[in-house]
Amino acid sequence: MTSRVGVVQFPGTNCELDVIQVVEQLGGTAEILFHLESALGGVDAVVVPGGFAHGDYLRTGAIARFSPVMDAVARHAAEGGPVVGICNGFQVLCEAGLLPGALQKNAGLKFLCEDAVLRVETTDSALTNMATVGQHLNIPINHFEGNYVCDPNVLARLRAEDQVVLRYVDNPNGSLDNIAGICNAGRNVVGLMPHPERASDALLGSEDGLVLMQSILAACGQVMSMPR
Amino acid sequence: MTAEPLHRALGMTDDELEAVVDELGREPTHLELAMYSVMWSEHCSYKSSRSHLKRLPTEAPWVLVGPGEGAGVIDVGDGIAVAVRIESHNHPSAVEPYQGAATGVGGIIRDIFSMGARPIALMDPLRFGSLDDARTRYLFEGVVSGISGYGNAVGVPTIGGEAVFDECYHDNPLVNVFCLGVLPHERLVLARAEGVGNLAVLLGASTGRDGIGGASVLASAGFADADESKRPSVQVGDPFEEKKLIEACLELLDADLAIGVQDLGAAGLSCAASETAAKTGAGMDVDVARVAKREPGMTPVEVLTSESQERMLAIVTPDNLEAVLALCERWEVRATVVGRVTDNARFRVYDGLFDALGVPGVNPAPPHGDAAQDASSDREPLADVPIESLGDGPLYHRPLAPPNDLHDKQSDDPARELAARFSDGADCTVELLALLSSPNVADKTWISRQYDHQLFLNTVVGPGRDASVLRLQETAGRALALAVDGKARFCALDPRTGARLAVLEAARNVACSGARPLALVNCLNFGNPEHTEVMWQFSEVIDGMAEACTALGLPVIGGNVSFYNESRGADIDPTPVVGVIGLIDNLKTRPVGTALTSGDRIVVLGETRSELGGSEWATMHGLRNGVPPIADLDTARRLHELVAALVVEGVPSGIHDCADGGLAVTLCEMAIAGEIGFQVNIGGALSCFSESASRVVLSLAPDREQVVLDRAADAGVPASVIGKADGTRLTAEEAFDVSLTDATTAWRDAIPSLMAAVVAH
Repeated sequence: MTSRVGVVQFPGTNCELDVIQVVEQLGGTAEILFHLESALGGVDAVVVPGGFAHGDYLRTGAIARFSPVMDAVARHAAEGGPVVGICNGFQVLCEAGLLPGALQKNAGLKFLCEDAVLRVETTDSALTNMATVGQHLNIPINHFEGNYVCDPNVLARLRAEDQVVLRYVDNPNGSLDNIAGICNAGRNVVGLMPHPERASDALLGSEDGLVLMQSILAACGQVMSMPR
Repeated sequence: MTAEPLHRALGMTDDELEAVVDELGREPTHLELAMYSVMWSEHCSYKSSRSHLKRLPTEAPWVLVGPGEGAGVIDVGDGIAVAVRIESHNHPSAVEPYQGAATGVGGIIRDIFSMGARPIALMDPLRFGSLDDARTRYLFEGVVSGISGYGNAVGVPTIGGEAVFDECYHDNPLVNVFCLGVLPHERLVLARAEGVGNLAVLLGASTGRDGIGGASVLASAGFADADESKRPSVQVGDPFEEKKLIEACLELLDADLAIGVQDLGAAGLSCAASETAAKTGAGMDVDVARVAKREPGMTPVEVLTSESQERMLAIVTPDNLEAVLALCERWEVRATVVGRVTDNARFRVYDGLFDALGVPGVNPAPPHGDAAQDASSDREPLADVPIESLGDGPLYHRPLAPPNDLHDKQSDDPARELAARFSDGADCTVELLALLSSPNVADKTWISRQYDHQLFLNTVVGPGRDASVLRLQETAGRALALAVDGKARFCALDPRTGARLAVLEAARNVACSGARPLALVNCLNFGNPEHTEVMWQFSEVIDGMAEACTALGLPVIGGNVSFYNESRGADIDPTPVVGVIGLIDNLKTRPVGTALTSGDRIVVLGETRSELGGSEWATMHGLRNGVPPIADLDTARRLHELVAALVVEGVPSGIHDCADGGLAVTLCEMAIAGEIGFQVNIGGALSCFSESASRVVLSLAPDREQVVLDRAADAGVPASVIGKADGTRLTAEEAFDVSLTDATTAWRDAIPSLMAAVVAH
């Protein structure tokens, strides 16, 4: 059965076509979920892609979280369905309360578009089930607000429950504990700042993102363990 | 004090006013005069440059749309075309660097999608004063932030560009913006208002008082200091509004709901509404009551000349209006019917007539503070002019003459002074390190990492290389190589040769990616055209560019002229910037990079002469005279063909164009990229730092050396083996010897260190 991935599109989203292209390159099918939709149309997994939803006005993700589609995404997540937020999508998932913490401005106070080396910290997530713990992945980052922060209790829980999915080998943005990606307690909702879809072809310089995109497809159809 | 006559306050001469009176057979109304003043401005009418621009070659079988439209369009095969345009936003950026640069990006993107093309790449050639100066750092930081802030958010990747620092741009930075879009042939649209009764729908942002007179006041008049009082003439950009406009307009065209779309740029609604109709011989009526206004109390003059950003005009049939409005609503894009195509070849402006006549659409709610419009408004036009007269501005044949000191400057060869200081065998390691840390030569990653350069998964080679390479996924394996270059110091010494050298360098950069050049766009940045020597420079540059383009078979498919660039009371160096688009027929693997490979032989193609006029090294020593390097067009063409063929065949393991700082700098950049040293013999300092044109350095596996030498001999291209890549030291016999670490540090840290200094505001 082909995996069906819904890719959320807010006004200002700009990575939706890139994500769709890579999903299709891997044999999945992908469709746009416009922000005004109130149902997901039966997709197996949801990707909230990168961009500048609603211009990032007010605060990244602050307006997008109120879109009708986000209610449907939250229901999908609550049912254990895979949801992955990439870059701006990670920010939206944090604003929507589907993931803990927040993303603030990079420590250098500049936008950063460059390669980053990531270390896979767990394979028990909708984003990393095909990867290997300790594996290094060369995947670009592209953000101004990618500096992950959370309160000490949350950080302690993320560590204790193995919810840090990816860490930077060389922290580019000041993220707490070198965090590049985290998952929820149910391990079906994952957010990461780097762009795996941009590391999808040797011609572009790296294919290291494919294992993450494949993991999303592999997670399709599996209802992961329910949130605790 | 007597009040200045209105036409002069609007930037028009007495003669131009007289021409308007002749055209109309009466005195113009205030609104009419305001419209003529912006439409006949230098910026919109090209009145000083048109007579020269026609000498540029513009035709080739693959050119689908040449100069004069929103963008040039070329066929790249497989039913796919690319639309390209370059534009300047110099004066706004001098006044307000962030918004000036941001709105420059926004404007050029609208030009591209108005042709039906999806914008997929930006490049930014930039010029600033010396980075040692605090205000320059403020301008530099602001411009880069503006490009980053707007370009990233609007979702068009910035895949390359260049930054040059020279005293002559101290008060007047140059912000040139290049944009490329891709489209299937059948989606190509030209902004045309045809069909009596068809409607002009204004899309996007509301119309405010920002940017009024931008074309005439900011871009077309003497520009002394960065003038705070001109700040209100700079517009403010909203990339989110523009992103929605891109999606809405491309959907409108895909669904065949619009006959054409035109962006509102310089001269705002006056220009967009009149141009679209004038091109078909039709007329246009506009009703200002239908325009959504941002502020209360806006007059018709303000509405017609506002340069508020993120607005487009779509021409639609009445039958499609409902569908157009629905599509726009889905994208949260405001859409109001503001105009109607007529058959009277006149441009007429009304206030409130459309409701009275029952023209489809409604008056938008007035801004807070304005009373609702009275439906029984005056039916007399506020303006009523022959439509083609607005776009048919005056044509000036301005006097031109070479500067008086030209001969003295040219005969003062900096090589004499430099030879005296650096005799053969003198160590020039210190000179090399100074060059590597010159902001003109140094690593520009500080800039490019602030730009999203990867969106759309097309970027095979991003910023920082000879050319950027984009794969065209809509085709069967084709790719584009793109380079932007300008050689102002050469143009200052000999504008004709300097223009040739700019074309050659951009074409050579494209060749180093294995591409053959297909087309060129130019952005011509000059001083005050009322100065005879500036017009002489302009004329010479056009001739030099025409010669080089003809020799290389490169059509000029679009361009932009920016006059009145002046700093500290002097005209800037003539700065023609060119963008060359090259095509790679079948890109299967990543094109070879610039890195040296350990054990490789190093070969130089092309001839090195003692040519230091206008070079980075001479300028570093305060020597700004002499003549630029020879620009032999035939040699260049043969070199480009040879280089592109070698790259396509995968012969070299590394390749790099030789330009600023000469062979010494080129070799160091290749060493830094490959993290490997070299040992070469390239003569003394004068040949190390000579900037002779048409040279390329190759890193070759030893068994490929003879092949390349033979191929070069066959092509009539000089070639010499200069040494090998090995070890951790960069050594040129009798010239310099430096560690890879020191060279890398000098090159990589220069700009970040300068920018770590406190930025003055």
